[in-house]
Amino acid sequence: MTSAPLKGSDLTEVGPLADGTGTAQSVRPSRPRRRGRGRSAPYWFLVPTLTLFAAFTVVPIGYAIWLSLHRVQVKGIGLGKGARSQVWNGIGNYTDVLKDSEFGHSVLRAFGYGLIVIPTMLGLALLFALMLDTPKARSAPFARLMIFLPYAVPGIIAALMWGFLYLPDVSPFYYLLDKFGLPQPDLFDGGNLYLSFANIAVWGGTGFNMIVIYTALRAIPPDIYEAARIDGASNLNIALRIKIPIVMPSLVLTFFFSVIATLQVFTEPMALKPLTNGLPSSWSPLMAIYDKAFLQSDIYGASATAVVLALATFVLSFTLLRISDRYTREDRA
Amino acid sequence: MTPLTLTADTTGRAAKARRTAWVPTLVLLLGALYCLIPIAWVVIAATKDRSELFSTFTFAPGSGFLQNLSDLTDYRDGIFWKWMANSAFYAGFGALLSAAVSAAGGYALGRFAFRGREAIFKMILAGVLVPSIVLAVPQYLLLSKLGMADSYWSMLLPSILSPYGVYLVRIYAAASVPAELMEAARMDGASEWRIFSRIAVPMMMPGLITVFLFQFVGIWNNFLLPYVMLADDEKFPITLGLYTLLAQGASQPALYTLVITGCLLAILPLIGLFLVIQRFWSLDLLSGSVKA
Repeated sequence: MTSAPLKGSDLTEVGPLADGTGTAQSVRPSRPRRRGRGRSAPYWFLVPTLTLFAAFTVVPIGYAIWLSLHRVQVKGIGLGKGARSQVWNGIGNYTDVLKDSEFGHSVLRAFGYGLIVIPTMLGLALLFALMLDTPKARSAPFARLMIFLPYAVPGIIAALMWGFLYLPDVSPFYYLLDKFGLPQPDLFDGGNLYLSFANIAVWGGTGFNMIVIYTALRAIPPDIYEAARIDGASNLNIALRIKIPIVMPSLVLTFFFSVIATLQVFTEPMALKPLTNGLPSSWSPLMAIYDKAFLQSDIYGASATAVVLALATFVLSFTLLRISDRYTREDRA
Repeated sequence: MTPLTLTADTTGRAAKARRTAWVPTLVLLLGALYCLIPIAWVVIAATKDRSELFSTFTFAPGSGFLQNLSDLTDYRDGIFWKWMANSAFYAGFGALLSAAVSAAGGYALGRFAFRGREAIFKMILAGVLVPSIVLAVPQYLLLSKLGMADSYWSMLLPSILSPYGVYLVRIYAAASVPAELMEAARMDGASEWRIFSRIAVPMMMPGLITVFLFQFVGIWNNFLLPYVMLADDEKFPITLGLYTLLAQGASQPALYTLVITGCLLAILPLIGLFLVIQRFWSLDLLSGSVKA
């Protein structure tokens, strides 16, 4: 397997341990020289991780890239053994992906959805985290647990539950709208559909992000606040001028993971599909890839699309990391 | 959002006056209410029979919970409970293996200085960025070549490696296993394996439990992987099972009550787990906070 070259190339470098990147935890200087076997210990401990990484990450990616560069060639009427063979297709599948308007639309939909989900979810997560961190807020432990609870609910089940709550016959919201004689929007239609999906994601994701931000808030030494209060800062000032800048790295991290999750939206539209008519089976990028691979049986085109999506994710990630890096550096200066 | 942040100013005065901060309390309770709505709804809806579901007020309890329960149990000879058992197996066993693999890998990355450490760590972390379907489709194709698609293995094996688990254990190992202790054990002639299993693992236990829980929830909640891997509904986890039930419900609305009752039963174990566990396990551990 591919784990062999990975492990092998690392083992050849065990010798001098000249790598200066070992930070504070370096135990090298005090290790007795005669214990040669201790040197290989970290590699042994890494064997399961690297084997799984090779088998379930590196090889599948390699295979996907290989598939993306091939296509199937059918000889004659395509029956019998050997009638279908895989042939080199170069970048043919990739030019098809770029011309594929269905995939393009699915990416645009994912961006539109992300534009609603990410600011709302992170805004709420930050708001709740700041409120939890306010002294004298009652019922904070209860609220913290309740807001986190949706994390324990599988995305597909959350989507099923909300799906029922969107159905006019079942929903309490429609019941209330009806009582007050207000117009009843169709939550499965057009632009509302984005809000419907976004609500499910916000419901499921706010709690986890809140915990991440709240943990960062609690790590701030309280004397900073004391000093600020003596200087006459209000709680709002403390939140805006001290807390938010200090937790900025956590915000960047949650933003980063939210963007990646947005590109991969799959469960919510899949779950609501049976409840609606006319939701295209390629609504989101992941759905478009699944659709191509298994419903249209075009694993070559699907692989090329998947590779494009992965590359786009990488480019986006590194751009975001670069921007956030510059931002936090300027902030420190 | 804006009005709420603005009113936070009154909070300041309230805090100075040493009274309850009402605005944060109210905001938090509204948040809790929002998060509880679907859960409260599913609890109540599961008590309704078919006609009540579409006729009575949403939050009015019905009279059919036991009937729904027995209908669900009878449905296709109790396949629902098979799905629950499958989920418990995938999540429990997968998370256990994941914690073990992360323990060894994270320990190596957090407690040893060796050539290629940062490169290996970054490479594994980059795995987080790969969209799940980019892995799932070729994994499925490769596993079917090995005759392992649509098997328990096809769900279990791809779920074991958790880049986030390795990352967390690395942090815990670096923070909680003192280098001096490892050195002392080495002087006494303990093997590296013994140091790991007898000293490091017990010290990293809070972190390992966190990895276990995180991965348990992740596998239990996973939908894409079983959707790609599995065809035989006897092997479905609960997420995929309920989804197929709902998809059939589109043509047979009678199945809706089963789906709703199933949703309730499917979320109870995890919610129960969190409610129990939060007494002695801090949520903060999830985000890598070392001091619990």
